[in-house]
Amino acid sequence: MTDALWYFGRGTGLVALVLLSVVVALGVGARSGRTAFGLPRFAVNLVHRNAALLAVVFLLGHVVSLYFDPYAQLRLVDLVVPFAGEYRPFWLGLGTLGLDLLLAVVVTSLLRHRIGARAWRAVHWLAYLCWPVALLHGWQTGTDGTTWWLRTVAVLCAALVAAAVAWRLSPGFERFPDRVPRKRPVLEEAR
Amino acid sequence: MRLHVDWTACDGRGLCAELLPELITEDEWGYPVVRTDEVSPRLEKAAGRAVDRCPALALHLLRR
Amino acid sequence: MITMERRLLAGDDSPFAQPTATQLVALLREAGLTGRGGAGFPAWRKLEAVADAGRPPVVVGNGAEGEPLSGKDRALLTYQPQLVLDGLRIVARALGATATHLYVHPALRALTVGIPMTVAPDAFVAGEESAVVNALAGRAPVPSDKRIRITQAGLGGAPTLVQNVETLAHIALIVRHGPQWFRSAGTPDEPGTFLATVGGAVAAPGVVEAGYGVRLGDLVDAAGGPVQPVQAVLVGGYHGGWVPAWPELPVSRAALGAYGSSPGAGVVLALPSSACGLAETASIAGCLAGQVAGQCGPCVNGLPRIATTLADLAARRARPGLVDEVTRLSALVQGRGACRHPDGTVRLVRSAMRAFAADVTAHLHGECLAGGAR
Ligand code: HEM
Ligand SMILES: Cc1cc2nc3c(=O)[nH]c(=O)nc-3n(C[C@H](O)[C@H](O)[C@H](O)COP(=O)(O)O)c2cc1C
Ligand code: SF4
Repeated sequence: MTDALWYFGRGTGLVALVLLSVVVALGVGARSGRTAFGLPRFAVNLVHRNAALLAVVFLLGHVVSLYFDPYAQLRLVDLVVPFAGEYRPFWLGLGTLGLDLLLAVVVTSLLRHRIGARAWRAVHWLAYLCWPVALLHGWQTGTDGTTWWLRTVAVLCAALVAAAVAWRLSPGFERFPDRVPRKRPVLEEAR
Repeated sequence: MRLHVDWTACDGRGLCAELLPELITEDEWGYPVVRTDEVSPRLEKAAGRAVDRCPALALHLLRR
Repeated sequence: MITMERRLLAGDDSPFAQPTATQLVALLREAGLTGRGGAGFPAWRKLEAVADAGRPPVVVGNGAEGEPLSGKDRALLTYQPQLVLDGLRIVARALGATATHLYVHPALRALTVGIPMTVAPDAFVAGEESAVVNALAGRAPVPSDKRIRITQAGLGGAPTLVQNVETLAHIALIVRHGPQWFRSAGTPDEPGTFLATVGGAVAAPGVVEAGYGVRLGDLVDAAGGPVQPVQAVLVGGYHGGWVPAWPELPVSRAALGAYGSSPGAGVVLALPSSACGLAETASIAGCLAGQVAGQCGPCVNGLPRIATTLADLAARRARPGLVDEVTRLSALVQGRGACRHPDGTVRLVRSAMRAFAADVTAHLHGECLAGGAR
């Protein structure tokens, strides 16, 4: 029974990492304004959002199963306050931090219309912090950390995200479609 | 209901034209062209979805 | 010359009784005063909207005069600032305003008025009313989206009345002399006088005052008369329209509407027959394209395209579909901006294509009618 929890916890964690990588890549894809894999732009956005929500589900599974797992010895605070745990506090804390960041990104996204585009975008940049935090956490914390297949999955995830970020930073990225870019004067949201 | 584009926010991402082709097309620069801003009850749901999905939050449904 | 008037330009320091908001709205409604900033919106309606907003408003005198061909607001603020200040004070007291501001053209930065004054940047759109509010709030002086009207929530969230300085000066006179006196100039539908900035091929360019409906020829004569044969007149400025150089043509909305023009903010530019109307329009369109606030995609992309297409036409770089391209681009940008800058630009361009139709044909054949060939 406890072994089952342990395996479940590791499995869900791994799936969440893969999903998160896909979410970041799709986020960049959505931001590019281009259609991808024959999908219209709204679908790229939708898949990005739904994959993010699915990642949250897996991450909650990951956290809850490990919370009830007697080996991990997690306290409730460890689930929300990073770097306070007894067991490998730094690497575990990264996981907690990643969860907090993910929840911040997702909750603000769901409340986008409420909080306004500017605040939403500002928080959404945290996605680029959330992902490496999650990767490091997974790489170091898991007992599986040394198995070749987990390493392989992690490397593939990293390659995917690195490619997406490289594309995001490439000069051609913002130059689509071909048009004069708008200026965004610094206006407060006051009105 | 009336469709309104906040041009100071619109980035011409084109999602609205995909989600509401009945009312919105794209110009040569990718910015939405609203054929008629009057939204019939039949299209209100699709219009609401387009408003919801706009990445720039530039599309609005206004009560008259 | 009997149609020329001196009301605003003469000034008036006689005493007056402060009206209440209701009285002022009724007075202005009876007088039929319209805004002199360009749009010609009935002053009483805007006043009433602000009064009905239910919170103490802010009142702003708009003297930005971003229109390059206009000089009347500067003239008024230079020679009769008291009338503008009276108007501001009357409106502010009537509405129970918490603050009044004067927003002026950069040339007037040395003006002392005794109320908070802000200098506008030298940019066309800086005089648009929501840009005025943004400038006064210390933000970039560019227009905002119109989902929330400034008459509901403008400066600091307060209902805000932005009125052209000439409109305010008229209010100061209407409160003194009554609506009937105001109506004794102008036409029954478009009462009162307006300040015109007459320029171009005239002997003494400058600001003159006349009642609406004044003959175009009289306005030109009041500015010293033409120094060359005049082929067309731009009325309303860069956002206005070209009308024929017909001396009998009344300068009123009703008469100019047929040409897609209106008195607007009172700019009158006489184009000599030695000049090319298309070249003139292309250069204005180029200036307007350079003045976009840069916020709105269709405006930012469309206006420069209109300008370069017109420049090709003006320079006789004919190609198939050139005229259709102007028509198409005009329709494309119209109504698609946070402010009326694209619409004003389109108004000018369309009127030029009509007024200079013969020139268009000539240019498409590599010829130009400028210089008396017509
Ligand atoms: C309910 C959840 C989410 C929604 C609705 C959402 C929505 C969006 C939208 C609308 C965009 C902008 C697309 C555009 O500008 O056209 C975007 C971009 C992006 N999203 Fe999300 N998102 C969600 C969750 C996440 C999560 C959990 C992550 C990763 C941790 C993430 C990472 C990104 C990234 C990296 C971008 C690109 C940002 C840029 O470079 O400009 N998103 N998202
Ligand atoms: C691009 C643009 C520029 C404008 N510039 C001025 C200006 O310089 N001065 C002005 O009084 N109104 C200007 N207006 C009109 C104002 O938005 C506003 O209608 C006016 O100040 C209201 O006053 P009124 O009703 O007394 O005319 C401009 C409008 C636009 C669209
Ligand atoms: S319409 Fe043009 S000038 Fe007006 S706010 Fe938009 S970009 Fe600026």
